[in-house]
Amino acid sequence: MIDSFTAETLARMQFAFTVSFHIIFPAFSIGLASYLAVLNGLWLRTRNDTYLTLFNYWKKIFAFAFGMGVVSGIVMSYQFGTNWAVFADKTGPVLGPLMAYEVLSAFFLEAGFLGIMLFGRARVGDKLHMFATAMVAFGTLMSATWILSVNSWMQTPVGYSMNDLGQFVPEDWWAIVFNPSFPFRLVHMVLAAYLTTALVVGATGALHLLRNRENEPARRMFSMAMWMLVIVAPLQILAGDMHGLNTLEHQPAKVMAMEGHYDSHPNGAPLILFGIPNPAEKRIDYAIEIPRLSSLILKHDLNAPMAGLDTIPDADEPPVAIVFWSFRVMISLGFAMLGLGALGLWRRVRGQLYDAPWLFRASVLMGPMGFVAVLAGWITTEVGRQPFTVYGLLRTSDSLAPVAAPAVAASLIAFIVVYFFVFGAGTFYLLRMMNQSADSAKIGLQAGPLRSAGITPIMQTQTGGKES
Amino acid sequence: MFELSFIWAGIIAFAVLTYVILDGFDLGIGILFPFAKNERDKATMMNSVAPVWDGNETWLVLGGGGLFAVFPLAYAVVMPALYMPIILMLLALIFRGVAFEYRWRTLRWKRVWDIAFCGGSVVAAFMQGIALGALVQGVTIEGRAYAGGWWDWLSMFSVLTGVAVVVGYALLGATWIILKTEGSLQKQMQGYARWLGAGTLGFIGIVSILTPFQDPVYFERWFNLPGSALSFVMPAAVIFAAWALFSGLKAGKDAQPFLASQSIFVLCFIGIGISFYPNIVPPGLTIVAAAAPDSSLRFTLVGTAVLVPMILGYTGYAYWVFRGKIDPDEGYH
Repeated sequence: MIDSFTAETLARMQFAFTVSFHIIFPAFSIGLASYLAVLNGLWLRTRNDTYLTLFNYWKKIFAFAFGMGVVSGIVMSYQFGTNWAVFADKTGPVLGPLMAYEVLSAFFLEAGFLGIMLFGRARVGDKLHMFATAMVAFGTLMSATWILSVNSWMQTPVGYSMNDLGQFVPEDWWAIVFNPSFPFRLVHMVLAAYLTTALVVGATGALHLLRNRENEPARRMFSMAMWMLVIVAPLQILAGDMHGLNTLEHQPAKVMAMEGHYDSHPNGAPLILFGIPNPAEKRIDYAIEIPRLSSLILKHDLNAPMAGLDTIPDADEPPVAIVFWSFRVMISLGFAMLGLGALGLWRRVRGQLYDAPWLFRASVLMGPMGFVAVLAGWITTEVGRQPFTVYGLLRTSDSLAPVAAPAVAASLIAFIVVYFFVFGAGTFYLLRMMNQSADSAKIGLQAGPLRSAGITPIMQTQTGGKES
Repeated sequence: MFELSFIWAGIIAFAVLTYVILDGFDLGIGILFPFAKNERDKATMMNSVAPVWDGNETWLVLGGGGLFAVFPLAYAVVMPALYMPIILMLLALIFRGVAFEYRWRTLRWKRVWDIAFCGGSVVAAFMQGIALGALVQGVTIEGRAYAGGWWDWLSMFSVLTGVAVVVGYALLGATWIILKTEGSLQKQMQGYARWLGAGTLGFIGIVSILTPFQDPVYFERWFNLPGSALSFVMPAAVIFAAWALFSGLKAGKDAQPFLASQSIFVLCFIGIGISFYPNIVPPGLTIVAAAAPDSSLRFTLVGTAVLVPMILGYTGYAYWVFRGKIDPDEGYH
């Protein structure tokens, strides 16, 4: 079957596969790094042991997820060259420096201080340890800033000229870094990471509260997560809306695909809630739509005319069905998060936050949904950019490396097998770690960073492995 | 403004050398991992690099990202040319990287992740050596793209350099453990380091003799003046470093064998640099031709000049915090 794929399709599949796996880890570690900094700060301030327990609990999970993020990220930094060499040659002068800055200002910071954050509290003292923890959190945010600037420039390229070799030559770095879609994308993604982490933390707390409602660390993390959801989910919906308006301005075809507007609507466009895209006939079958609402949302005017994909040449049209569906998945989950946050607030106001098993169950169910929403959002924006790598300027089909299809097929299969094996096992271990209660670490002394005397060394490391 | 691209060639070379020096010893620990006699030694070996390994590996990302930024054409040509070894190296690094965390989270599968740690380290080192050998042999370029086949990287010579790097990294790993441990594990590694040192020097000798025959340019460089003067200086320096290594081992010194082994790597790296110059990708792509426009080079240089010294500072600090012998019972797991 794989013989029938072209080298381009295979390379696109490989990039989509590896980057989708990769984004899961940063989406989690950006939020978790900030959470750890907050927990450690709260512990130093209040000296309430619950915060220290939570810090040590999530620290192990962070280290684990961070390791997976590092190794899946190294792959990304080389794939621009291995599979998209022409893209690398042409855009390298603009995008390369931004990525170099990401490495210099973010990756080294994270890696340099991670060791001290994980292993070093006893060696450097509380203050420097807090500094290291904050640096790790700051590093994750710097990393997001640079890489989103790179991605945003591919969506809304500005500040360049072309040389006679066909390369993009940087003219105005300020304009390149702060390109038109960057601020919106950055805010949207960082909030998404915070929401994703809040959902995971909330689900973990809820799971342990289902077992024991008096579990103090579980109560604390559940409460913190519910606060986070109810504050950040509305902000995220607002940020998403503004991001959408920005996309309409700069990449109208993407919004047409998101909305499912195959046809132009001169007198106000309907909002299609659901339906089945029919690319062959260029229409949405079985559409359930609200008249003129799309015009109201996007143009703030019920009667504003909206152009459809019929105004876009077929060769420049993104794959509508994928964008249409992934956009709806993201939106639905966003509102589900808002709903969960609102329910949590309602129970809290009533003073019954820890007395509602149905709320715990709903939180556990929502635990992985942040990841699903992040992936759906990225699929929307990346597939919506097609058929270009640099929007409107460089086609995906003209970006490819001269690598033969069998080589790409072999590497794609290898990536699929290895990723499912390695990250499948990793996810299993992560879930098992979260399945342990945060206060159990205090009961089992062997799991702590300092192992008690009186047990033979080999036993220590073995029980340490089992306990932790 | 030709100077900018040469400054950058120097910075990229520095990043790659730093990578080799740092990740070399932690890959070496993976290579030596199966020879640990018991679980306690395994834990000690792994914990000796656990706080620093991802920082070490970040230099590899800088090498790739930096090449993309300042020599995009070299990046665009080399990566497809070395497609298979690069992909295999990346996959191998995944296996060994996750093993640092995974092996502590399971009893039943601990052996699986121990094998992943060792296998991943061996394959990553081997592929890096193959990549080096393939680069020395030269890359076929037409226009602005790689024009060779997807098996071009495989040759007797590249396999030889691959094995050489595995042996060399194992030497770095062994001498690192000598530096960081005491007792039976240290003794065991002192024994290994003798053999690995001899092996490394042997491979360096063979590769050095064969290299001038891979391309007449190298022959010219090393056997005609002024290069031929270096043909005496470099081996003399390597021999001095080798003497420092073996006498340090014999005297039971902690740091000397590690520093001497690292010196051998630095010298070899300089030797490769002399062979390549003024090309960045042999046989025909020069540093100047591969460089990005000056606006890219300048913009990146500003940040690099500020950030790299800071990175070296806090990386050095992290090593300082975790200095001294490893306490086998410490670890956060």
